[in-house]
Amino acid sequence: MPRAINWTALSVFVFFFVLVTVLGFAASRWQQGEKKKAHLDEWGLGGRNFGAWITWFLVGGDFYTAYTVIAVPALVYAVGAYGFFALPYTILVYPIVFIIMPRLWDAAHKAGHVTAADVVYGRYGSRALELAVAVTAVVATMPYIALQLVGMEVVIKALGLTGELPLAAAFVILALYTYSAGLRAPALIAFVKDVMIYIVVLVAVVLVPAKLGGYSAVFASAGAAFAAKGGATGLTLQPQQLLPYASLALGSALAAFMYPHTLTGIFAARSADTIRRNAVFLPAYTVLLGLIALLGYMAYAARLDIRSNNEVVPALFNALFPASFAGFAFAAIAIGALVPAAVMSIGAANIFTRNFWKAYVQPDVTPAGEAKVAKIVSLVVKLGALAFILYLPTQFALDLQLLGGICILQTFPAVVFGLFFNWFRAPALFLGWAAGLAGGTTLAFMDGVKPVHTFAIGGEHYTIYTGLLALALNIATAVVVQFLRNMLMTRAPRAGVGS
Amino acid sequence: MRILLVLPFIALLWVPFYNHELPALFGVPFFYWYQLLWVPVTSLLIWLVYRQGRRKGDE
Repeated sequence: MPRAINWTALSVFVFFFVLVTVLGFAASRWQQGEKKKAHLDEWGLGGRNFGAWITWFLVGGDFYTAYTVIAVPALVYAVGAYGFFALPYTILVYPIVFIIMPRLWDAAHKAGHVTAADVVYGRYGSRALELAVAVTAVVATMPYIALQLVGMEVVIKALGLTGELPLAAAFVILALYTYSAGLRAPALIAFVKDVMIYIVVLVAVVLVPAKLGGYSAVFASAGAAFAAKGGATGLTLQPQQLLPYASLALGSALAAFMYPHTLTGIFAARSADTIRRNAVFLPAYTVLLGLIALLGYMAYAARLDIRSNNEVVPALFNALFPASFAGFAFAAIAIGALVPAAVMSIGAANIFTRNFWKAYVQPDVTPAGEAKVAKIVSLVVKLGALAFILYLPTQFALDLQLLGGICILQTFPAVVFGLFFNWFRAPALFLGWAAGLAGGTTLAFMDGVKPVHTFAIGGEHYTIYTGLLALALNIATAVVVQFLRNMLMTRAPRAGVGS
Repeated sequence: MRILLVLPFIALLWVPFYNHELPALFGVPFFYWYQLLWVPVTSLLIWLVYRQGRRKGDE
């Protein structure tokens, strides 16, 4: 989409970008507690003092990423109903959050844990299991950060800017204020970002169908386009898509809050009650996501000429909004990339510091020393993601993110099970993790890096989310190993007595 | 009471139940408005469970 620079849109965009940059640097003074300043709790968790509102904006701003705003409508545009699995996914995630996350927060709060791997080490005392959870989390997060850059790249292009300099500049600015303000920067910027995104989407879902002849016209033109296109597309699911749809929704919902960026939002909350209240009110963002997904259909009614699916949203805004509002919308998406990218890099930096640096390099590191290490690591992580996007093909980041989703789901038993019952021990959970990870990634590679796997039972073909299959293998392995271990343990002393 | 939280899973994971275009609502096929409707319903169910937990003195 090489187009002339849209100066009106660009000036609005730059205005908002400068605004959040100022906010980002000012954030270090915001919500400062009385606690000692140089402490990882301050930089990495915003002082562990975010109330219900801040948590709502932060988690909402960081779970519903810029890449989501670009990719979900792109998928809905490409395949129709199947792309909507993001909706049941982001509904089912909240009962799960409500049940699990207050307990995880409790465990972390009591012992001063900063990461999920900390919680795992605290419970099981196993460095191996801690490392497994930590490494999986970092590996799954890196491509996710890179994808935020893809989201930003798409809107920068839509403004008519070319070259990689604008993207690099935006990201370096982000890296600097995250370095200085820590989690407070994305928390403060999330207010701006979320309000902007709400405005854009509400305007879009009212204005765009009005311009295009109402929702019936929108769905009719999308339905006609899918009928012409054929294949596994359409306004409803094909029979063979039912199981993939449901299993992707469930698997993604289980995995969502295993990522370091979502967990960082949880650990930074003031109380378990803050998290419970957020489980009630966070679904407001899911309504937004559902409406954003519909933009994919509006693109058909608007008869857009689109070369790559990712251009659906920017092309729609450019075609139907006045230039100044298009600039506002693009700024919302770009700022929407900054929040998750910042939280992800902070989450990854916390993990490196707590579960690698403190565990293996400098066990006697002070909290101030931890903060110093984490700040530097957050810079390295962001520059790594930038290099990733500038020098490697985007498809590579997409594939890795998909594999990352399968991998992060394999940390679920180790992180969650111990919060509810005390039967599993570290070796069983570790072997389960290893089996799930190996099985899941092998299947995904054999299928050509696809998220779903098809297998045949008695002539019938079933297709299911690979991550969920791997999780089943993971849990089964853990159960069998634990069962065998318990048998051996109870038998061994008895044998001793008998002889 | 916590059993209420199972309802969204049944309602959304049993996909054949809502995989239809009709009945449409304001031009939006059933498949879409049914799932969107489950957003506030889930919110409400979580709130009911939360309220009961507060009464019983969770924290």
